[in-house]
Amino acid sequence: MYTFIARRLLSTIPVLLVVAVLIFLMLRLTPGDPAAILAGDAASSEQIAEIRKSLGLDRSIPVQFGIWAGNLLQGEFGRSYFYKMEVTQLIAQRIEPTLALATLTILIAVVVSVPLGVIAAWRFGGWFDRALMGFSVLGFSLPVFVLAYLLIWLVSLKLGWFPVQGYKRLAEGFWPFLHHLVLPAITLSVIYIALIARVTRASVLEALGEDYIRTARAKGLPEARVLVRHALANAAVPIATVIGIGIALLIGGVVVTESVYAIPGLGRLTVDAVLARDFPTVQAVILLFSFAYVVVNLLVDLSYVVFDPRIRY
Amino acid sequence: MSVLEVRDLTIALPRYADRAQAASRVSFSVARGEILCLVGESGSGKSVIAQSVMGLLPRNLPVTGGAIVLQGEDITHASQQRLRELRATRMSMVFQEPMTALNPVMRCGAQLDEVLREHTALAGAERRRRILDIVREVRLPDPERMVESYPHQLSGGQRQRIMIGMALLLEPALLIADEPTTALDVTTQAQILRLIQDLQARHGMGVLFITHDFGVVAEIAHRVAVLRLGELVEIGARDEVLKRPRHDYTKMLIGSVPTLKPHARPADGTAPVVLATRGLSKTYRDRSWLSRHRDVPAALDVNLEVRKGQTLGIVGESGSGKSTVARCIVRLIDPSSGAVVIHGEDIAALPHRRLQPMRRRVQIVFQDPYRSLNPRRKVLDAIIEGPLNYGTPRAAAVLRARKLMELVRMDPESLDRYPHQFSGGQRQRICIARALAMEPELLVADEAVSALDVSVQAQVLELLEEIRERLHLAMLFITHDLRVAAQVCDHVAVMSQGRVVEYGPAAQVFGAPRHDYTRALFEAAPGRHFDFAPA
Repeated sequence: MYTFIARRLLSTIPVLLVVAVLIFLMLRLTPGDPAAILAGDAASSEQIAEIRKSLGLDRSIPVQFGIWAGNLLQGEFGRSYFYKMEVTQLIAQRIEPTLALATLTILIAVVVSVPLGVIAAWRFGGWFDRALMGFSVLGFSLPVFVLAYLLIWLVSLKLGWFPVQGYKRLAEGFWPFLHHLVLPAITLSVIYIALIARVTRASVLEALGEDYIRTARAKGLPEARVLVRHALANAAVPIATVIGIGIALLIGGVVVTESVYAIPGLGRLTVDAVLARDFPTVQAVILLFSFAYVVVNLLVDLSYVVFDPRIRY
Repeated sequence: MSVLEVRDLTIALPRYADRAQAASRVSFSVARGEILCLVGESGSGKSVIAQSVMGLLPRNLPVTGGAIVLQGEDITHASQQRLRELRATRMSMVFQEPMTALNPVMRCGAQLDEVLREHTALAGAERRRRILDIVREVRLPDPERMVESYPHQLSGGQRQRIMIGMALLLEPALLIADEPTTALDVTTQAQILRLIQDLQARHGMGVLFITHDFGVVAEIAHRVAVLRLGELVEIGARDEVLKRPRHDYTKMLIGSVPTLKPHARPADGTAPVVLATRGLSKTYRDRSWLSRHRDVPAALDVNLEVRKGQTLGIVGESGSGKSTVARCIVRLIDPSSGAVVIHGEDIAALPHRRLQPMRRRVQIVFQDPYRSLNPRRKVLDAIIEGPLNYGTPRAAAVLRARKLMELVRMDPESLDRYPHQFSGGQRQRICIARALAMEPELLVADEAVSALDVSVQAQVLELLEEIRERLHLAMLFITHDLRVAAQVCDHVAVMSQGRVVEYGPAAQVFGAPRHDYTRALFEAAPGRHFDFAPA
């Protein structure tokens, strides 16, 4: 088990290396010159060359990569061209809103979708089941930004329940923090509710057809216990898998949601950094996302051991 | 007063079913201290009746008439709440598949504990004591460890004991056992049957025992009820029904039970050897990158011989290696060492390209006719696919397929139907036709009749015999069923733990078994001391 964890963590190294090379090349091989952007519209070509030199962008790509990789190994992610500060510091500032949004989103998604899926499976083919399946199609097909503006219009502007935009740090108090976060999290969670509810329904439905469900009923257990302790417990592995996939996909969703709700998180940072051709920032954020992705996958695999005693690593 | 009384019970089937009712006006009773066997072939409605008593029927199988009376209480239309109260306390059920009947993600102790939590107000320590008591009573070794185990850590027999323990925890008046030993090996089956008998005698409960196996009936029943297509055709004392059956259907069923006496056909010792294995072994390597690998021998030093026109039976329990040997001979898996000689050529290590021409000489028929035909291909395509691969022109292959259908006594016109339109027995005939289309010299039947009802089994066995005789085939017959082996084999090899422990002419092996394991196997065969009515 521990060797499994160690091996999986070791195997992240080649993954991150490939990601590092790819993102490094992609940034440099696509058009767009950070020096020109930094210098502004009125700058002369000498000024731009000057800036390029100061950023080290005048050297060949392999040399640039060597310097960056060497710094990385010492824990140096470089300085942001645009924000004029250490990238690590920049990420540290921006990570809280993103983590908070992602966590709340997944929390809402799981708490809502799993019971929905279980009930739909229990009442397979009934009105609840059909309604949920209909909702999930809608949830899949509605783009996040459309839903976001719709909810802002309805819940914030018309009903005035939640602020339209913005973010409050946790340090400024838990309730204001939550108050600002709820609407973006609901917006973002809709697609995950659709996804997780569908998978929960399918795998609980499969478990309900198993012999041990009949055994549980023959023991005289109430339906709630049959559903949760016997059906859901056996359906947990696919559900955990899809939640893991959801967390990974969330990274993409966060970018749009943060932009619409003006939340100063990593998603916004990524968009801004890409537009500004802020190479060190983009590289660092992408590496961080890939690392998070690998870790989430590892955690999902480890959760299988908890859910199913037959699985051993 | 009887524990259970079923009167004129009628259970409807959904509209699209092949008949209107799963059970039609079925009446029987189970007295205190009595074991009533409900016997029938698949589709006879025996399991449906059992589940209707427990109130476990799905909604599309409603009880439309009659009454189910449990200890004087009419529970035919009892509420779910009332049924839940009665389950496990007054009536319990044990199911067929111990492998799947227990929740795989819960410890056995916790699954037993659920019954006590739900139906009693006992404190934790008392519950634990009761659980350990029942685990001891169903004769499981090391009860402390058993209750901490997950189902997958136990053998099939041990799981079934846990199931029985769970059913008897609250000493119900009625135990329903739905084919509780069908999925078990014969020696385990004998133990479980004895256990059920002992517990029944000690607690004096009534048992409704559902089975398709007349050997089991002979072992365990006090009274027998025979079902056919949802109708009860005969009910009476065990000896009455088994020895002097009155209804034609009962007579036919009992007549279909293969006897344990081997047939007395002389085997020609000079016929050419079609298949010989020498030192055939298959070892699986249990790889784990932490610990050192462990070699698990599935078959060890197997030496067998099959002559033209003769049948060799490989008999053994699950895990004995009999299927491994069959698969090595067909080269579905590669043997680890040893030789598989077919007509003088060793195919054990032939590379796949050179193996190809050899393939058609050996054909195999598998156990489960429901899963061994591609559901999306017509029967004709399934049969001619092999010959077409070997270059037979389509017209010739189709012609041959029609002839083969006649040989396996099926209508050639049904060639353009799909597998799901046939019954299990018909599908197995199709599988046999498919194998024969390749004109093999050796036909391997891997538990080919084990999934079939006894009457269908008798027909398929007869068919295989006829084909072997007409085509002068060599046949390798793998089975766990000693009765079936006695019917068809000229020679028998008994396997245990990967080794052949006894090998010889069928008459000798059945008549005077030498090895302890063979004797134990025969001793465990249900109903072996019982004289069934002659066919």
